[in-house]
Amino acid sequence: MITRRLVRWLDERVGTAGLGRAALSKVFPNHWSFLLGEIALYSFIVLILTGVYLTFFFDPSTATITYDGSYEPLVGVEMSQAYRSVLELTFDVRAGLVMRQTHHWAAVVFAAAIVAHMARVFFTGAFRRPRELNWIIGITLLLMAILNGFAGYSLLDDQLSGTGLRILYSVVLAVPLVGTWIASLLFGGNFPGTQILERLFVIHILIVPVVIGLLLVLHMGLLLRHRHTHFPGGGATDRNVVGERLWPTYALKAGGFFFLTSGALVLMGGIFQINPIWIYGPFRPGNVSAASQPDWYMGWLEGSLRLMPPWEVRAFGFMLPNPFFSGVLLPGVTFGLLYAWPFMEAWLTGDHAEHHVLDRPRDRPVRTALGVAALTFFTILMVAGADDVLAVTFDLEFNRMVWVFRTLLLVAPPVAAFVTYRLCIELVQRERDSQASLPAAAETVT
Amino acid sequence: MRRYGEAVPIAAFCVAIVGGLGAAVVYALGGQAQAEGVLLAMALGGIGVGLASWAKTLLPEEVVIEERPALGSGEAELTDIEDTFVERDPIHRRRFLGTLLAGALGSLLVALVFPIRSLGPNPDQGLRQTAWQGARLRLVRNDGTPVPADELNVNGVLTVWPEGHVGEEDSQTLLLHLQPGVLQPRPGREDWTVGDQVAFSKVCTHAGCPVGLFEERMNRLLCPCHQSTFDVADACRPVFGPATRSLPQLPLDTDGDGFLIATGDYSGPVGPGYWNQDR
Repeated sequence: MITRRLVRWLDERVGTAGLGRAALSKVFPNHWSFLLGEIALYSFIVLILTGVYLTFFFDPSTATITYDGSYEPLVGVEMSQAYRSVLELTFDVRAGLVMRQTHHWAAVVFAAAIVAHMARVFFTGAFRRPRELNWIIGITLLLMAILNGFAGYSLLDDQLSGTGLRILYSVVLAVPLVGTWIASLLFGGNFPGTQILERLFVIHILIVPVVIGLLLVLHMGLLLRHRHTHFPGGGATDRNVVGERLWPTYALKAGGFFFLTSGALVLMGGIFQINPIWIYGPFRPGNVSAASQPDWYMGWLEGSLRLMPPWEVRAFGFMLPNPFFSGVLLPGVTFGLLYAWPFMEAWLTGDHAEHHVLDRPRDRPVRTALGVAALTFFTILMVAGADDVLAVTFDLEFNRMVWVFRTLLLVAPPVAAFVTYRLCIELVQRERDSQASLPAAAETVT
Repeated sequence: MRRYGEAVPIAAFCVAIVGGLGAAVVYALGGQAQAEGVLLAMALGGIGVGLASWAKTLLPEEVVIEERPALGSGEAELTDIEDTFVERDPIHRRRFLGTLLAGALGSLLVALVFPIRSLGPNPDQGLRQTAWQGARLRLVRNDGTPVPADELNVNGVLTVWPEGHVGEEDSQTLLLHLQPGVLQPRPGREDWTVGDQVAFSKVCTHAGCPVGLFEERMNRLLCPCHQSTFDVADACRPVFGPATRSLPQLPLDTDGDGFLIATGDYSGPVGPGYWNQDR
C-alpha cells in the first residue's frame, strides 16, 4: 500500500513510472563471460565503501613522529604521521585491518576483472561499431584503475611504497622536454619532498574516483543505449536482443552476484594478508628491501624496466634515458594501440558495419592470434618483474634468467600467435567436418 | 518441486543472518580480523547465494526476443540539427564577434594554466647539485656521527651522508673499504680515496633506487630494484642490467681530527637521466 502510494507520488513529480517500466523490461543476454565486467563494477562499489571508511583514519602527513603505539617491534622508531596512522588503523582500530585488506584486495580484483572483461570484449569483437566509444571509455577505466591502485599503495609511506614512488619519479624524469617539469610540479620539488603524500591523497580519493565514477555512468549508459551484445545461436541477429528481462530474474541474479563478489572480497580481506606494511617498515631514503614487488597490475612495467638492455640515446647534448623506453614508450604504445584497435581493425578488414552478434574467437583467427600474442608478451613481462624472486626461490643464476626472459619476450609471442591461429583453423575445420557428416541433424537444430 | 527449490535460499539466508550477527558479536568482544572477515563473508555471501538461487529456482527463466532499437535518428532530424547549427548558425553569422569570443576563451584557458606553475620550483637547479657541493663536509652515519678514517674493515660498507643533511635523498653515499689494489681509479681521480676507501653515490643511475647490495667476492654493487650491477673496481661502471651510466664518485679526504670528509660534489650528475642532464 505504501509502495503503491510512493510510486504514484514520485510519478506525479518526476514521471518515473514510464521510465521505470521501460528499464525493468529491458532485455539482457546471458552468458557467463558477461559477468566479468560486473565483477569490476561490484569491486568498484566495494572500493568506494571501504575507501570512505579508511579516509576517516588515514592522515596523509609527512610530519615526523616517534612511534609509541601498540605494535611493539616499531616502538621508538621515527616515522611519518601517514605511516603511523596506518599502523593505528591496522592494530588499534577494530575492523580496521579487515577494511584495509578488503580495500586492497578489491583494488587487485578490480584491475584483474577489467583486464579479463577487456579480453572478453576483444576476443568476441564486442568493440566493433557501434561500441567503439565504449571501448575507449573502457580502456580509460583500465588506465584509471592502474593509476589509482598505484597511488593507493604509494600513500602509506612504507619502505615499499617509497621505493615505488622513487621509480615513478625517475620514469617521469625520463619524459623528453617536459619530464623534469612534470616531476617537479607533481612532487613539489625533488624526490621525495614533503608534498607528494597529500597530493597523491587528493588524486587517490577525489580526482580519479570521480573520473572513474563518471566514466562508469557513461559506460553503463552506452550499454543501455546499444543493448548488450549476444552470442550467435538461439535466433540472435544484429537487429534483435535475445535474453532475459531485467525484472525480476536478471535483477535478482545480478544483485546476488554483487553480494557474492563483495563476500569473496571480504573473505580475502579477512584471511589473506596483503601489503603488511608493519613488516616493511617506514620509508627512509637510502634503504631498500630486496625482492620489492609491486601489485600485479604494475608487474608488466616492472618487468620492462628490468629486461630493457642498457641502451640510451644521446645526440646534440640531449638524451633519451633508459627508463624512457621501458617506462614511457612501452606503456604509451600499449595504450595507444588499445585505443586505436577498433579503428585499426575496421580499416584493415574494411568492415565498417554495425555488429551486435558476437564473434566466436575461432571464427576470427587473426584477431585471436594477435590477442593471444599480446597476452603472452605482457605475461612474460609480468613474470620477469619477479625475476629476482624466481632466481632466489629456484636457485637459478640471475643473469642467465634475464637473458632467457629477453629471448622469450621476442620469441614466445609469435609462436603463441601461430599456435593460436592453427588451433582456430582446426577447430572450425573440425566443426565443418562433423556438420557435413550430420547435415540433417544440423538443419533441424537451427 | 517448489518446496525443494526453496531449501537453498532458506539455508543461504540463515547463514547470512548467523554471519551478520556473528560479525557484530566479534566486533563487540574486541574484534579479530580473520573472524570478522569470515563472518562478514558469510553475511554477504549468504545473501548472494540466496538471491541467485531464488532467481534460478523460483522465478521464471524465459528467453525474450526483442527488437533492437535503431541508433541513428533519421534523416529529418539530422538535417534539422544541421540547419540549426551549421546553416542558420547565429555565431558564424557574426564572424568577427565569434572570433573574439574564441580568443577570449583561449586566453582564459592560458590564464588558468599558470596557477599550476605554483605546484613546484624550477627543476633545473635542484637536480644538478647535492648537499656535498661547496664546503668540505664530514661524512656522517645515519645517526649523524662522523666516520673516522680507520673505521671500516676491509670489504666493509657504510651508508653515509653529508654532515647536517642526513636523509637527504640525492646525497646518500656508499662508503666502501676495498681490498688493496682492487680499485683502478679514473684519470684525475687518483687522490679521491683515503687508503683503500672509496665513496660512490648510492642513487642508481637507472631508476633511482638505493644501490644497496655489495658482493665483495666480485667487488660488485647490485641495485635490488632492477638488478643493475656496477663494477666497483672500475669506478662503478655498469656491467649488467638496465643502467647505462657509472655511479658518480665522491672525492674523499680526511680532516685534522682524522674524520672522513668530501672535498667537493660528485664526479657527475646523481641518479637517473633526463633529457638535458648533459647540458
